Amino acid sequence: MLLAFDWTQLAQQTVIGLSSGGLWALLALALVLIYRSTGVVNFAQGEMAMFSTFIAWSLIHHGLSYWQAFFLTLAISFAGGVALERVVIRPVERAPVLTVVIVTLGLLFLVDGAARWFWSSETRTLPNAFSTRPITVAGVAFSIQDLGNIAVSLVVVVALFLLFQFTKLGLALRATASNPDESRLVGIRVSWMLALGWGLAAAMGAVSGMLTAPALASFDQNLMQPVLLYAFAGAVLGGISSPFGAVVGALLLGVFVNLIGTYVDWIGTDLRLPVALAVILGVLLVRPAGLFGRASARRV
Amino acid sequence: MPRPLLELEGVEARYGPVKALHGVSLTVAEGEIVAVLGANGAGKTTTLRAISGTVRRSGTIRFAGNSIGGRAPEAVARLGIAHVPEGRGTLSELSVAENLRLGAYVRRDRASIREDERRVLAYFPWLGDRRNQRAGTLSGGEQQMLALARALMLRPRVVLLDEPSLGLAPKVVAEIFRIVGELNEREGLTVLVVEQNAILALQAASRAYVLEVGRVALEGGSETLRRNESVRRSYLGY
Repeated sequence: MLLAFDWTQLAQQTVIGLSSGGLWALLALALVLIYRSTGVVNFAQGEMAMFSTFIAWSLIHHGLSYWQAFFLTLAISFAGGVALERVVIRPVERAPVLTVVIVTLGLLFLVDGAARWFWSSETRTLPNAFSTRPITVAGVAFSIQDLGNIAVSLVVVVALFLLFQFTKLGLALRATASNPDESRLVGIRVSWMLALGWGLAAAMGAVSGMLTAPALASFDQNLMQPVLLYAFAGAVLGGISSPFGAVVGALLLGVFVNLIGTYVDWIGTDLRLPVALAVILGVLLVRPAGLFGRASARRV
Repeated sequence: MPRPLLELEGVEARYGPVKALHGVSLTVAEGEIVAVLGANGAGKTTTLRAISGTVRRSGTIRFAGNSIGGRAPEAVARLGIAHVPEGRGTLSELSVAENLRLGAYVRRDRASIREDERRVLAYFPWLGDRRNQRAGTLSGGEQQMLALARALMLRPRVVLLDEPSLGLAPKVVAEIFRIVGELNEREGLTVLVVEQNAILALQAASRAYVLEVGRVALEGGSETLRRNESVRRSYLGY
């Protein structure tokens, strides 16, 4: 029986899992980035990423190549994220957590509505970022697209790590997330750091969206809703307060969901989302801080 | 007497509907250590917070002749006012080295920042060996000293030091005050220190203010205050 096991399939499905897990990881990182600085999950993160993807679609529609549109959309999304924070979040910066949660929920519907208004709800397609040709490694055929997605996710994660760990700006961003009041005392413009965090998160979401769309036969305004759920599950699995955990959690989830969908017949492709939700529930019950998160103790 | 470096005139402050300062006036001259004494809730901490802008305040606050009463905390810090808040004020998730680097965040003069780090570490030699340790894992006294060291990295014109003795062993507190005194003597560091421990504070400071329910009840030279009957009974305990 062991001999009959199809290792090729396992390797292929693992890479496919890593490919989608990588894209979830980017959105999960965006969630963590905002969670760490505001203590709130930005429920609009997925819709913002969807909006960015539609911007990319429009740019390509107007004659830009995929990668030209990709980088231009990144810049637009960054600016848009900063602007959203300034206009929508800034007024409730000091408000209770629940207020901010409601505002991000409102933002979800606002962005979704705007996307439906600008771009009709007919389905559309995004050209492939990478060649769809398979490549054979050690006798196993992988799709270049999957490997490309993994590579881009990796580059974004590493770039973000370098920014946070080795630049003065990154240090200020980390200080702000760790303790905004004391950060102001050393002269950090905390309010702008929060806006910058929103810009970065929006840009990461844009990458996620622009790589998610080409893999689908077609997409509409619901593009990022499942991705947001997977990203959230991955972030919870890894620990919502840990950027490293979010990436590992999303990758693990990507592989897990894909393998379980492949090998467990009755799950197939239909029950993958419930699996992710089960992961959220299980983690919250067994280990609320996630794999790499630190349990937060609050003195009352 | 030259014009004071820091000047408060009728400063009021409130936390929401609760008024914590009812018109505090005080001055700090360049090169001076000035203490603010008083019981719990007298408004000592709030006075420092009014200066650094971390509480809503009104009245006149002048620094080096300019009004700073409307400025946000980050803007006040950029003027060279280093506030070491109550409860250490280190960024506990960041390393010792990162805390020190943040102290100099608003400065652009890279070479002299490195030079200042050497100079500051000379006062706290053990900090240098723990550069990569997370600040949150230091002991209370070490964190207090790190907070002071971080404040010095700003090259501050005045340090606002809030309750440095809070929760620390007497030996550690004495060490902190010794270093503050040394910084004042050698480098002319100006300090406005809030302190429960009136004995230590009056030893370190040349002048002091005694706050009672948000007002200055008494002020004078440390020597005079030490001999004052009510100060002795209420704050010195003999």
